[in-house]
Order: sequence, then C-alpha cells, then structure tokens
Amino acid sequence: MSEVTVQGGQEVLGVGRIEGPILVVEGGANVSYDEVVEIQDSRGQVRRGRVLEVGEGFAVIQAFAGSTGLSIDGTRVRFLGNTLHIPVADEMLGRIFDGLGNPIDGGPEPLTDRYMDVNGQPINPTARIYPRDYIQTGISTIDGVNTLLRGQKLPLFSGAGMPHDQLAAQIVRQATLGKIAGAPPTEGEEFAIVFAAMGVKNDVADYFRRSFTESGALTRVAMFLNLADDPPVERIVTPRAALTLAEYLAYELEKHVLVVLTDMTNYGEALRQISNVRGEVPSRKGYPGYLYSDLASMYERTGRIRTSKGSITQIPILTMPNDDITHPMPDLTGYITEGQIVLGRELNFAGIYPPVAVLPSLSRLMKDGIGKNRTRDDHPRWGAQLYAAYARTQDVRALASVIGEEELSDVDQKYLKFGRAFEREFVNQSFTENRSIERTLEIGWKLLSILPKKELTRVTLDEIAQYYKGDDASN
Amino acid sequence: MSEQVGTITWISGPVVRARGSRHVGMLELVEVGTERLVGEVIGLKGDQMTVQVYEETAGMQTGAPIFGTGLPLSVELGPGLIQSIYDGVQRPLPLIEEAVGSFINRGARFDSISREKKWKFTPKVKVGDEVKGGAVLGAVMETDTFEHRIMLNPDDSGTISWIAASGEYTVTDVIAKVKMGREEKSVTMLQRWPVRRARPFVSRRGANIPLITGQRILDTFFPVAKGGAAGIPGPFGSGKTVTQHSIAKWADAEIIVYIGCGERGNEMTEVLQEFPHLVDPRTGRPLMERTVLIANTSNMPVAAREASIYTGITIAEYYRDMGYHVALMADSTSRWAEALREVSGRLEEMPAEEGYPAYLAGRLAEFYERAGYVNNLNGTQGSVSIVGAVSPPGGDFSEPVTQHTKRFIRCFWALDKSLASARHFPAINWLDSYSEYLEDVAFWWREKTGKDWLSMRNRAMELLSEESRLSQIVKLVGPDALPYTERMVLETTRLIREGILQQNATESVDAFSSVEKQIRMLELVLYFHERGMAIVRRGAPINLIHDLPVVDTIIRAKSTVTNEEMHKFDDIQKQIDQQMGQLDAEYRS
Repeated sequence: MSEVTVQGGQEVLGVGRIEGPILVVEGGANVSYDEVVEIQDSRGQVRRGRVLEVGEGFAVIQAFAGSTGLSIDGTRVRFLGNTLHIPVADEMLGRIFDGLGNPIDGGPEPLTDRYMDVNGQPINPTARIYPRDYIQTGISTIDGVNTLLRGQKLPLFSGAGMPHDQLAAQIVRQATLGKIAGAPPTEGEEFAIVFAAMGVKNDVADYFRRSFTESGALTRVAMFLNLADDPPVERIVTPRAALTLAEYLAYELEKHVLVVLTDMTNYGEALRQISNVRGEVPSRKGYPGYLYSDLASMYERTGRIRTSKGSITQIPILTMPNDDITHPMPDLTGYITEGQIVLGRELNFAGIYPPVAVLPSLSRLMKDGIGKNRTRDDHPRWGAQLYAAYARTQDVRALASVIGEEELSDVDQKYLKFGRAFEREFVNQSFTENRSIERTLEIGWKLLSILPKKELTRVTLDEIAQYYKGDDASN
Repeated sequence: MSEQVGTITWISGPVVRARGSRHVGMLELVEVGTERLVGEVIGLKGDQMTVQVYEETAGMQTGAPIFGTGLPLSVELGPGLIQSIYDGVQRPLPLIEEAVGSFINRGARFDSISREKKWKFTPKVKVGDEVKGGAVLGAVMETDTFEHRIMLNPDDSGTISWIAASGEYTVTDVIAKVKMGREEKSVTMLQRWPVRRARPFVSRRGANIPLITGQRILDTFFPVAKGGAAGIPGPFGSGKTVTQHSIAKWADAEIIVYIGCGERGNEMTEVLQEFPHLVDPRTGRPLMERTVLIANTSNMPVAAREASIYTGITIAEYYRDMGYHVALMADSTSRWAEALREVSGRLEEMPAEEGYPAYLAGRLAEFYERAGYVNNLNGTQGSVSIVGAVSPPGGDFSEPVTQHTKRFIRCFWALDKSLASARHFPAINWLDSYSEYLEDVAFWWREKTGKDWLSMRNRAMELLSEESRLSQIVKLVGPDALPYTERMVLETTRLIREGILQQNATESVDAFSSVEKQIRMLELVLYFHERGMAIVRRGAPINLIHDLPVVDTIIRAKSTVTNEEMHKFDDIQKQIDQQMGQLDAEYRS
C-alpha cells in the first residue's frame, strides 16, 4: 500500500503491435509485471493501461479505454513504475466516480494522501472473524429463509427483465443491524454503501442514484460507474477500485460497508474479451481458465477482521444469460459466494415481488446468525420446515398437473393451499414494505398451520404447541 | 545455498521464465526476484528455465535474479504440526498475521515448525541398536494425549552411536547419532521431505476396517474403509463443505489433515473458531488437538494452491508412518485441478479436455494412490484415508475432473442439488452413490455389533430403489392407484429417508450417531416394515399404518435418543409391537 510514483518513469515511443485493447511495446527495460502505464496518442491525449506480460525487451499492455485512435508510430507509452493505485478517503462517500476512480460529478479530486493498490491483498484466514450478526433487510424471503449476515457475500442471480435492481435498492434502503425477535427497535447502525456499475445502462445507474436520493442515503454512497457505452476493459478495474475503497472504510475507518456490484456478467464478458485477444487457451464457453481465481480475488474481499469493528458485505448482481444457472458466471460465482438469491421468472410472471425462487436460493452462513439469542429459538427449524413443505408442494403440483387437483389426497390438497399462500403472503411483499423478523416468523407459522401437525416433522413438538394456529387438534 | 542461478526474462502471472538453467534441477525450490518469493522449477529447456511462483508476482521485473536452494519443494515434519494452520507451501498463517497484520504480504518467511519450543523427549532405542529407515528412536507428547513418534529418515539406516537422555529438546537439537557405514549422522526431531514424493512403506494391507464418521448415510450405506479413497462431487450449495466438516469432526481417525484448497476464507475461519471448542468423543480433548489445517483460499496465489494438496498428503503420510490412522479432507480437488490448468495455460501447453492439461488424470491418480492402509517400515500399521471434494461446473458429473476422479476412488458420494433444495441433508443421492468397500468391511460390522449389517443395508437399498420405481408411477397416476403393499414400501422408505438418511449436522444429538445407534435404527425401520407388510397383506388399509403414532416417534428418534440411551430403542420397538399388534388382531379375524 505505497504511494504512486507519478513522476519519472521511462517513456517509449512507438508500439510494435496493436490488437483490440492490447498493445505490444518493444524496447522498454526493467518493466514490472502489472505496472500502470500512460499511453499518449499522436494528438497528445492520454489514457491509462497496465502491463499484462513482460519479456525481455517487450511488454504486453492492456489499454483501459481501448486502442481507438492509437497508431504504431505516434504512440508514446510511459511506464509509471507502480501497480494501479486509487486515492481513498472518507469524503468519497456521497461522490460519483468513473470506472477507474476519477470523479465525474464535477467535484474536485478527493483530498487525501492515502493511495491503495486496487488489487488488494488476500485476508489471512486466521485474521478473519466468522460472521455471526445478521442484517435485517425487511424482506421475508431473505431474513426468514436466506438470512444475510454482516461480512457475507450473497449474490442476486437474476435474468434480463427481472426486478433485481429494485430488490437490491430495497435491501440497501432497509438494511439495518439485526436484533433478537421482540427486542425494542433501536436506531440501526447505518451502512456505508459502495456501488459499482459495470457495463449497465445509464438508466440503471440513474435508477440507483434516484433511489439513494429518495431514501436520503446519497451522502453515504460512493458510486463507481462504468456504463454500457464506457470502455469494456475499464470494467476489469471498476469492482476492484470500489472494493479498495470499501476495504479502507471497513478496516481502517471501522464502518459497516455494503457493496453492490452490478452486473458481474458484463465483467466476465470483458475478461473473456481480453483473454480472447491475447489468444489464451479457453475453458468453458470461451472464458479463461483463471475465471474462478479472478472472481475469487474480488468476492473474497468480503468479511470481518479482528483488528476492526467494520465489515464488508457484498451483494453482486448477475443476470444469467438465458436464465441458465449452469453458465460459467453464475456457476463459478455460486462456488465462491456464501449462497445465492435466485429470482424466478415464473413468480415474476405471476406478479409476485420480489420474485425470489426460494428453493434454489441459499444462505450458507444463515445457520450461524439465527436461532436462540440471535433471532428466535425456533427460526432454524421453522425455516427448514417451510423449505421442506414448499419443496413438497412442487411435487404435488407436478402430480396435480397430471391427474388433476380433485384426485389429490386431502393432505396433498393442503400442500397446494400452502404453496399458494406461501407465494402470495410470504414471498410477496411490496417494494416499500419493511417487515420485522417477528412479522416474518409470524407469517411463516400462519402458513405452516395450513398443514396437518403430523406433516411438520422438522419443528419440535413444543414449537408446534406454542406457535401452531391450525385446526388440526390431534397430538 | 542461495546463489544466483538465473535472470528473469519473462513474467506472466504465476509463471516466470529465466535464463540460466544449468545450475538448477527439475522441481528444485528457488527464490525469485529481489523479494525472494518462493518458486519451483517446473520446466527446463536449453538454457531457459520455467518457474511457478507461489506468491503474487505484481511489480516483479525482468532482469531480476533467481536464487537456487539445491532442494526440492519440501515440508518440515516434526512435533508441532498438530493445531497448526499453514498456507499451501507450509507457511504458518498465525505467524504471518502477527508479523504483517491481517493481510498476507509477499516474501514473509517463517519456520513451519517452531525452533524455540521445547519438547519432552523419551528415547526408545539404546546405543548399539541397529536401526532401519522409519525406526522409532523416541517419542514426545505432542498434545496431552497424542504420542508423536520420532522416526529415522526413511532413507537412512545404521547403528545408534549416541542417543539423548530423556529431557527437553527443541526440534533442532540433536537427539541421536547414527553410524552409517563410515560416517556418523546427527539426527534431530525435524525432518524434511519432498512433497511430490510419496513416503515409502513395506506393503499395503487389505482395507477392511471402516472409517466411522457418525454420518448414517456414509457409515451404514456407503462406507469408506480406513486407507480408502472417497470422492464427494456436487454442485454449489449441495453441502460438500458441510459434509467434509462433519467427517473432519467425527471420523474415528487419530489425525485429521484438512486442506482448504481454493475455497472460501470464512469457511477456514469457521473451522479455526469451532474446532478448539468441539470435543473429540473418543479422547474427550478438543478436536483441534488432532487437526492440521492447510488453508490456501481462493484468493491466495494459485500456484500455492497446486502445492497445498501435496503439502497435506505428505504430512498425513508422516503420521501414518508412526502407526496412526489419518484422514485427509481435500476441499476442493477441482480447484486444485483448475490451478494445474491455469499454470498449464500460462505455459501454453496443448490442452486436452476443457482446457485441462493432458496429465490431469495422471496427477489425480498419483494423489489418490497415496491413500492406503499399510505396513510401515518400522513394523507398525497405519492408514491414510482421502476424502476429496469435487466441484463439477454446473453440477455436470461428466466433466473431466469428476470422471477421472471416479477412476481412482472406490467410494462415490454423489451430492444432489434437488435433495439440497428440499433441505434433505446430507444431500447424498442414495441411487447415484456407491461404495466398493461393502464386502470388505462387513466382517468388521459383524464383530462390532453382532448383527448382519450387510443384509440389512442391502434390504434398505432394495426398498429405496423400489421407491424410485414406484414414485415414477405415482407421478403419473397418483399414489391411490398403487396396491397397499406397494404403498407400505413408500411408508417405510419415508422412514428411511427422514429418520435415517437425513441428519442434522448442527444439532447436538443428531450430529454424530454411533454405529450401535445406526444399526439399531435401521433394524427398527425394517422391523416396522415387516410387521406393517404382514398387516396390509391381510387387507388393512394403508392409512391406518400411516396414522400410527409410532411413525412420528421413529422419525424423531435420531434427535431424541442419544448414543448413550440405546434402551430407548427397545421402548420404540415395544410401541411398534403394541400398535401393530392391535391392528394385526383386528384384521386377523
């Protein structure tokens, strides 16, 4: 984490080869791997890039803003002697930056002498604190059955045309420090928000900006925008710049930081494009073999460490191409992140918001953030029971579509009723509805009470005695 | 040591090329650049060497020096390994944290095993004894209950010319001198062993003792033998890591080596924070006191991820050589294979399937073949069992890593996304999984429990596959169309699935089932089936059996009856007798 040496650095006139955003420069000596360069075209305009590969007397450079307008002879490349660093400061909250961290809101450069390497450094596993404090998002499908904890990375897997932006905005707006069910409401600790847009449309960025403004959060948000018409190569840096600021806020200023990254699919495409131009051996669907490690180098920049009270919680958004969850981007993301919230198209068609497909969604850390002394004692078993019952509903629906609803047994009929109510009352809630954890648990028990007691094998008999509200009088 | 052997000419990620190959050997450990980052020579061609670097190379320049060490990539072995947490090349992570803070810096160098700590050494040989490689020269108590046997390097042999008296020594103090031909060699408690070379043994033994994990679907249905190898493939979210953690917690091995290879940082932290507080049911000591952790998380350097598997297995073999049963978990071998692929790609090697190098299968075979139940050089017996997680992209088992792994393991625990979605955990699909150790361990079960485990297990599997066939029909025509006898099968298999196969790793009673409890539960369910079948054959409607209160009792028994309360199962059997007896009497007439 040293400062950038902006002055000095050797300069080379002329490049050997230009191919897409990749330049091969000949003649530099002592070039460092991953070093930042300044590329000046024949008209004197400067753009930045970085070194991807160095050999004796040559260096392969990736120009962030692409190579448009560069010529073989008229291009000057200046090696800056350091890896890419960005300034970090508390006052960057409330500001808007481009994908490389330069202000684009008309304001001045952030006033700071702290510069940090955008690549960060891996957190030592022994220095981490395991996440245990839940975040109340006010959304039943998250708080109830896919609980988000501070220091967790939980992506939204969505598809084109689904309301993932609304859901992310709602999470950001409503997120507060979770408390035990029934505890009096306290002033929630407010999250600092770092928002990174990669290749999204201008109106998406605009939507988030408006949403932050309306909820009064704008002063707590730092936005890094690489929009659809910005250079794709810059996208490689955008999430890293955002996470670098997040790390500074969380681990040095001890804030709780919520990072929203959208859309990671566009990031993956930019990475594939560069890999392709470089002629690397592709693995699945043309993505480079190091896609997993590359994604991990960002997603793993989440969590809590022992030397700070702060935390970084990540909510990356991915639109799955063709809604395919086995596509390399959602697939590798799912292997790295601690669960996933999957949006379902059928629910969306049915007019249910948020259309969270409960069965494929998962929060891996949930088990450690809920239950006695955290939410409520019955929460873990209650959640498992809801899941199991809803899973059974799917089987019953499949059966009903073949033999007709009338032919179903009484118990199966009740499952159908449960399934409908679950989607309409538990999953469905309005964009402005902020449900407490008690309310979420209460709705869940009300739905479980549709089923006969005998079907509820995941919860204890005591819990049934305490919370079951149905008309099944057996014991 | 440490003379300059080359000059860097090319850098791309973790792969570096340098001029000056004459003074280094293949797979030699080298120090790269002015920061002296750890690397390994992986190719020599003309005067050019190719090095994979185990640390981040950003900022490194061409023209920088490479230093040779004359040694292959090795691990340090000796007392002090237990309770350690290392990165992929055996650097102690807690010391790195102490020295450089919460983030891992480059170039940090520490001894893998503490040079200061003193151990109470008790000699086991005397002057004049002939000793061969692997011979136990003495012992120290590595934890309160674990005896660490100090062995002679497997490659050495000779006559003891001096042995230290009982007392406190550090790992670098000389504890014995061995006369080998004309020269005399000083022996310390510290050994180095090249990670890519399997430690030698005399011969393999038959693997016929099961590795008991306390997980019912594993022990009862798909057991792995001590010294065997098992694979757990599954898509994300299907519970690979939870299963691996459960095995690490409860397996009846004396030493656990857990390799977090390219996985999540928080998961390793979970192990670190949880294991010291969990008690080993066999020794009453914290689980951490039998565990060695290797953590090379997904954001740590990729080449070190490749090495982590070898570091782990070498440590496992070392404890095996002392005569212990060691279980090694590797989570996940797919990330290791991807590290191979990444390095191979940087070397511009010709790819085989899906970009993986052609030697992928060979490397996997080498790794799994290091499992085994063996007769050690010193006459003891020990085992290394390997449980490797596989993370197939998109959950597609036809991909190269899963397919090649299947060739080298004999036990396959297939995780299933749809079971996981229904929160059926462990989400191991009983129809896709297999174990080739069934016959081998059947004798052990008979000796241990006095019951015919294999027939019971096979009967239950028969019912489960019958269920799968019947559920196809149910999907088409509904359950009412089935005769009562077939619906009785469905009743029983529900008991098997919910009462036996499902196991809650987070619930204290259910997390670990003794073998006695496992077999008794199975016995009860089968007993329920036989009695129920007899009744429905007489024409009793199936819903009468479905509604018996004992059904619920059996399903809940896993979490209501502890391993110590075996007599409660007799009560459940009485309830079956009583409730079924009533029905039986009604329909007998």
